[in-house]
Amino acid sequence: MNAIQYDVMTALPEILVLCMAMFILLLDLFLKPSNRFLIYVLSQLTLLGAAVLTTVTHVPAVGYAFSGLFVDDPLADVLKLGVYLSTAVTLVYTRQYTALRGMFRGEFYALVLFSTLGMMIMISGQHFLTLYMGLELLSLCLYALVALDRDNANSTEAAMKYFVLGALASGMLLYGMSMLYGVTGSLNVSGVADALLSGAPDHGVLVLGLVFIVAGLAFKLGAAPFQMWVPDVYHGAPTAITMFIGSATKIAAFAMVIRLLVQAMFVLAVDWQGMLVIMAIMSMIVGNIAAIAQTNIKRMLAYSTISHIGFLLLGFLSASLNGYASATFYILSYVLMTLAGFGIILLLSRKGFEADRLEDLKGLNQRSPWYAFMMLIVMFSMAGIPPTLGFYAKFTVLQSALQAGFVALVVFAVLMALIGAFYYLRVVKYMYFDEPEDHSPIVAPVDMKLVLSINAIGLLILGMLPQRLMDVCAYAIIHSIQ
Amino acid sequence: MIFQDYVFYALAAILLFAGLRVITARNPVHAALFLVLAFFTAAGIWLLLEAEFLAIALVLVYVGAVMVLFLFVVMMLDINLDKLREGFWNALPIALPIGLLMAAEMVMILGSKHFSPDMMSTPTPRPAGYSNTAELGRQLYTDYLLPFELASVVLLVAIVAAIALTLRERKDSKFIDPAEQVKVKRADRIRIVSMPSEKEIIPVTAEAVEEKKK
Repeated sequence: MNAIQYDVMTALPEILVLCMAMFILLLDLFLKPSNRFLIYVLSQLTLLGAAVLTTVTHVPAVGYAFSGLFVDDPLADVLKLGVYLSTAVTLVYTRQYTALRGMFRGEFYALVLFSTLGMMIMISGQHFLTLYMGLELLSLCLYALVALDRDNANSTEAAMKYFVLGALASGMLLYGMSMLYGVTGSLNVSGVADALLSGAPDHGVLVLGLVFIVAGLAFKLGAAPFQMWVPDVYHGAPTAITMFIGSATKIAAFAMVIRLLVQAMFVLAVDWQGMLVIMAIMSMIVGNIAAIAQTNIKRMLAYSTISHIGFLLLGFLSASLNGYASATFYILSYVLMTLAGFGIILLLSRKGFEADRLEDLKGLNQRSPWYAFMMLIVMFSMAGIPPTLGFYAKFTVLQSALQAGFVALVVFAVLMALIGAFYYLRVVKYMYFDEPEDHSPIVAPVDMKLVLSINAIGLLILGMLPQRLMDVCAYAIIHSIQ
Repeated sequence: MIFQDYVFYALAAILLFAGLRVITARNPVHAALFLVLAFFTAAGIWLLLEAEFLAIALVLVYVGAVMVLFLFVVMMLDINLDKLREGFWNALPIALPIGLLMAAEMVMILGSKHFSPDMMSTPTPRPAGYSNTAELGRQLYTDYLLPFELASVVLLVAIVAAIALTLRERKDSKFIDPAEQVKVKRADRIRIVSMPSEKEIIPVTAEAVEEKKK
């Protein structure tokens, strides 16, 4: 029998994260509660180590490992760095919040690291099985994390809804994959692409499989009409977990869209373009109009996510490298904005108090002018007002859609963005023109204040100098997708 | 038709019937037992496909372990069936057409036009002595090592999640930590409240209220 080569080197970051997650799980048993801080430090070091390994092993070429089930390309490296960064920032922001709510436990950090592993596998999956296993790993961790605040009825309900609907979506995804396998005889991303290129197998069955796959992906991304779970889960989950679901996991879902639709089924681009157009339109309508009626800021951000996903899908419409690069740029900037937005909510939360109503932001300018300004930047960025990052992200995505000839859709998207600006600016109005209802001081660790400030200022600086980030996205796409 | 065909059609008919009864049976224990029957016949069909190891694993794992456990759970839970069935007839007028429509669409696309036996090449029978189990093991530990390892991580996460969500300290535990007890300070037990000296309070009587009203 031949010796089998596993290029373990390519999967070093994954192996590190897995080992450290298991180590933390064991270490937690032997640690005194007063020494739990060590677990937090170890988790951050793990993410840092994974980032270093990903950067060191980076080559500007596509490399396969594990019999072609795993791929290590520049796109994977860039997206993984995004995942590490957003997870690390999430951990910084949530340390105080979880400590005050009895969630500062070893399981929390182990589950976060396991879900990071799931996301890394989703990003690097080159086989339907690998992609699916990564997705399930991520989803299982998220269901548990949502329910981790066990005595909170809202969280439990959110976890239940998320679990049932998530299982349904996974089922749809698997069903679509089985159709594809039935027609092409391959489960490998490049194998499916080759089979589709070499001849036109049964088109009807292919499109049926495609419909199921797109529906499953849309659920994971939170695109309308598969968005029902998003507001409830965002609202019910502890804010720390909402932040995690809203940021890092979207990068992984985005990677899965690239792997499945762009790399495996590029031949069917005409078919999925039509589906994405409908989903983009519906997401922008539902997201922007329903957000106006919300009084809970977590729900509002949930609808804001839906509308952002609508914009993200515009990037895929052109089915060109340029479009994918702009979509990559959009997802990364969306994650940065979401992190800062939830960071402010976490900053204002105290023991026994969730700052999740819009009224809680009233008069923030009088309580703390600096953080009111930070929130102002975040809201401007989400609304897409120059010179923030959100403006440039929307601009590139719309530009790529325009080049592909979707003029009416672009006009519609701009109109929807205008409607969306209303509810973002309402937050600004609450902060600057209303009297504060609550005068308690804002207490937070120094590192959180520092990272939050850098995060929000970063939105402004990247908005003015977006070229570097755009170059990175373009580089990743060009060297990964043939 | 050869003998295997008859066996296939018989097993398939039983499988469909059992599947239907799983969702229509009134008694949840019956539903679980029909699911056992469904697994059993599915294992039979897998045997026909020469997937002997998987067929036996299905019977051992699902019928032998999972479903028995499931039956225990169903029997221990007090499930109110009437409450579960509430709204069944209300939802039926919408659910039935949608279900039928989806079934019709599936038949159209997955019918014999696209997936007929003539389109597939006849599989060559395996030579004698061919070990299904060995082949499966070889694939699992070589080509599919990564998903195999990932599945074990998923199982680990399932254990962690189940314990994290259900492990609770007993609320009625009377355990006292002596160290904590010794360290107690005066300030932990009593609180000095500064309040203004009390004035004489005139009790409010019913007559006084009546007088005020006038």
